[in-house]
Amino acid sequence: MAGNLAQWGNALHSGEKIYPIVRQRKRWFAISGALMALSIGSLLIFGVQLGIDFTGGSQFLVTTDSDDVSIAQEVGDEYAPDSEPLASTLGTDRIKLSMGEVDIEVAREITAALADGYGVDEADVASTQIGPTWGAEVGKKAAQGLIVFLVLVSIVMTLYFRAWRMAASGIIALMHDLIFTVGIYALIGFEITPASVIGFLTILGYSLYDTVVVFDKVRENTKDVLSQNRFTYGELANLALNQTLVRSINTSVVALLPVASILFIGSFVLGAGTLKDISLALFIGMAVGTYSSLFVATPLEVQLRTREEKIAKHTEKVLALRESGESLVTMGEDGEVRVGALQPGEHLGTSSQPKRKGRK
Amino acid sequence: MSTAAKAARRALMWLGIILVVGYGALAAGVVTGATTLAPGLALDLAGGRQLTLQATTTDGSEVTQEDLEQAVEIIRKRVDASGTSEATITTQGSNVIVVSLPGNPSDETIDLVRQSAQLQFRPVLNYQYSSWVTEAAASASASASASASASATASASATADPTPSGSASAASNVLRDSASEDATPAASATAADPTASASASASASPSASASASASAETSSDDAAAGTASDLTWLTDELQAEADALDCSDEANLGGADLGDSDAGHVACSSDGYYVYLMGPVELTGSDVASATSGPSYNTTGALTGEYEVVLNFTDEGTQIFDDITQRLIQLDSPQDQFAIMLDGVVISAPAVQVRISGGTASITGDFTQAEAAQLAAQLQFGALPLTLELQSNDNIPATLGQDQLEAGLIAGLIGLILVVIYSAFQYRALGLVTVGSLVLAGVMTFMAVDLLYWMIGYRLSLAGVAGLIVAIGVTADSFIVYFERVKDELREGKSLPAAIERGWKRAKRTILASDAINLLAAVVLYLLAVGSVSGFAFTLGLTTVIDIIIVFLFTHPVLVLLSRTKFFGEGHKWSGLDPRQLGRDSFYKGRGRTRSSESKKSLAERKAEAANGTGADADADADAEPAKGGEN
Repeated sequence: MAGNLAQWGNALHSGEKIYPIVRQRKRWFAISGALMALSIGSLLIFGVQLGIDFTGGSQFLVTTDSDDVSIAQEVGDEYAPDSEPLASTLGTDRIKLSMGEVDIEVAREITAALADGYGVDEADVASTQIGPTWGAEVGKKAAQGLIVFLVLVSIVMTLYFRAWRMAASGIIALMHDLIFTVGIYALIGFEITPASVIGFLTILGYSLYDTVVVFDKVRENTKDVLSQNRFTYGELANLALNQTLVRSINTSVVALLPVASILFIGSFVLGAGTLKDISLALFIGMAVGTYSSLFVATPLEVQLRTREEKIAKHTEKVLALRESGESLVTMGEDGEVRVGALQPGEHLGTSSQPKRKGRK
Repeated sequence: MSTAAKAARRALMWLGIILVVGYGALAAGVVTGATTLAPGLALDLAGGRQLTLQATTTDGSEVTQEDLEQAVEIIRKRVDASGTSEATITTQGSNVIVVSLPGNPSDETIDLVRQSAQLQFRPVLNYQYSSWVTEAAASASASASASASASATASASATADPTPSGSASAASNVLRDSASEDATPAASATAADPTASASASASASPSASASASASAETSSDDAAAGTASDLTWLTDELQAEADALDCSDEANLGGADLGDSDAGHVACSSDGYYVYLMGPVELTGSDVASATSGPSYNTTGALTGEYEVVLNFTDEGTQIFDDITQRLIQLDSPQDQFAIMLDGVVISAPAVQVRISGGTASITGDFTQAEAAQLAAQLQFGALPLTLELQSNDNIPATLGQDQLEAGLIAGLIGLILVVIYSAFQYRALGLVTVGSLVLAGVMTFMAVDLLYWMIGYRLSLAGVAGLIVAIGVTADSFIVYFERVKDELREGKSLPAAIERGWKRAKRTILASDAINLLAAVVLYLLAVGSVSGFAFTLGLTTVIDIIIVFLFTHPVLVLLSRTKFFGEGHKWSGLDPRQLGRDSFYKGRGRTRSSESKKSLAERKAEAANGTGADADADADAEPAKGGEN
């Protein structure tokens, strides 16, 4: 497979094989638009399930060989009947009892009762109590972090690419990832905890990172777009996409492998917790992020650029030349224009020629 | 050797220096016992109790950073008093305090931490050296060592040397001369307002004369009779309590019992030397409007060279304080002092010098600027109607923490192995460079986490471990970007050294840009995140920096050096850089000619080979490349 992937990479690099993502951008925009609508819809209909860190509440965790949930349920019903206690198993050897907010004194009684009921040491009962105001505070902070990060990233992207269209496309792709990920959370009903929020914020960084790599190549390929008449901007950008495809796949796999291993350990061995929450958000987000850097960011950027007057004129000229048969382009079997590195060697320009003696 | 290879060797040397210095420092720290080899673990891995307290005021006034620090200071003293070691107390934002208590602290400790601190003013009935001072003095040889200068040190209460043996002999001297006014640890209170001091001359106290019948003792007692200064508060029990109070015990220096506010009370001074016997509470923090510190001025407005703390009372407080000063001024020492207690400990006990009716008192004494500022901060804090609300209460049993740590490490190991397998599959021998880089990044991260624990007390949390694992992917990606770029250049027909040079130039930019974004994300996350999850941002930022170091000082130099070996330079099938696999059978040799990669050797090469006997040196081959004209 490695060899095949390398050959596939070669074909992509040379332009022998082309996935016309940019040309078919309307299709991808439609798909992404539908996904967005679905995400926002499920957000509005189902809403997100917030963890106790945001809503306030209590949670007790007993590590025990017993899987008898009823003991915990009885304890909950006895000490805090008004706080909607709910007992469940977690992972392989834990029992979780969650409920609304209770006083610290009640929490101590419950801890003691649970320890007694399951025959474990009181010190081995994990407990968490979070006040509702604190939860609201945590939520506010998370929202703040999101906004500050988006603003900062917009500034950095604009400075780095020195082109607002690239920055705008990157940010839109970012929003796309975020909405999509949260939409999946809403649809499936995963609980959102501060750890998930950290995961979401990291996705933003990751998605941008991915986009930066693709855009870097786009920029390199389209640097001299106006000084040649063989290919349009869109075709060159599409080449960049295809050329970074192997890297995108490799990167995604390599990034997803460790995340997947945390997700696996976190959900099946430990049950819920920080590890699972972070890795779940990252897993979904990274997958979505790879998709968006390929199918949303670049097509969007091309869409924006083709509206630019000089690019539009250039595209018209290139197509007219091609129509009249004056420009030398090869057509692939599938009717796609072959865009790619020239074979066999590359001319490096006059700068690579030997210099005359005595000249600087 | 070419400049590229020299630069590569230099880079590797730098990396070696960084590692040697880092681990050398660490080894020195471990040997001297200053740090441990294992990184510090946060509560969710080590087990313990975490409390989040939010400071709120009941009257809606704002909590300043100083107030919050004061609250932290008080909590720290209380935690120390409870005998819990290695507690960490940090602030978050403008009003949140996070207290992390390792192990399994008792319910009493937790209750102690979350109770709010109170400021109380009580009249001093008497004071004495704490039992440990007198005991130490008794055991110390009453020799000539108690010099005049030593007693002077003892009298400057705040700066007194806390080591018992040295100051005890000094103290015994003071004790014997206890009549001397110098022995009073207190500062003195005067009216800050000149007009107030003018009014202070009217001395006769109405309340004192009204209650004159109560006692037939000295005039001094007349003034005190029936008030909080009345010596009848000084019961035998109180005296016994004072005699027994050991102020060298930290339990008595933080969060101590506030006592019945309507009865006599015994408390330690904050430096642990004195025990105060006091009457009932007369003023509390709510009667204080504000407290500030600054250089003190005399009545003519000239600087006295000393520092003072200015106390402003509320309207109600002014009235009460007027009464107190009016009464205390008639009393003899030490009854002319009032003790200011914060959180059950006497922080200052100034003697009243004039009657203060203006509501503004000035406390002067042997303050340094810092001491004055500290006292003012303590008073200001005490004036604040601050309550600490328990916002979250997390208990993580040590076994659970252990489980989480193990699970995290196993997950990390699995992730690492998967990445290694994948990159070996994808990049063949180049994958080994990836593995080497990742292992080195791991070694460096361990060093950094260890050093950070030593330097700034950084502790690794579960979220931090997750950050480290996620970083495996991010770090490996830098190599992927780089290798893919090199491959691209090879596909375009460059020789390996040239491809590496050009590929590196382009990949460098991309790697730096994406790492900058990662770093930005990490910083924002760290600053804005709440709770333990900020540990994730920290490790993500840390590993991003390490990623840059590794790529620049290891991966690239190693690749440059490897490209000079025969295996890689000639594009062996398993090197991962085989031009044939990259769809490249011929190389552009210049002047419009190309050379097949499995070419017949050039004339010059054949000649060189003949001269050298067997195969040409790979190094020379690579270096000579551009010069060769060659024929097809």
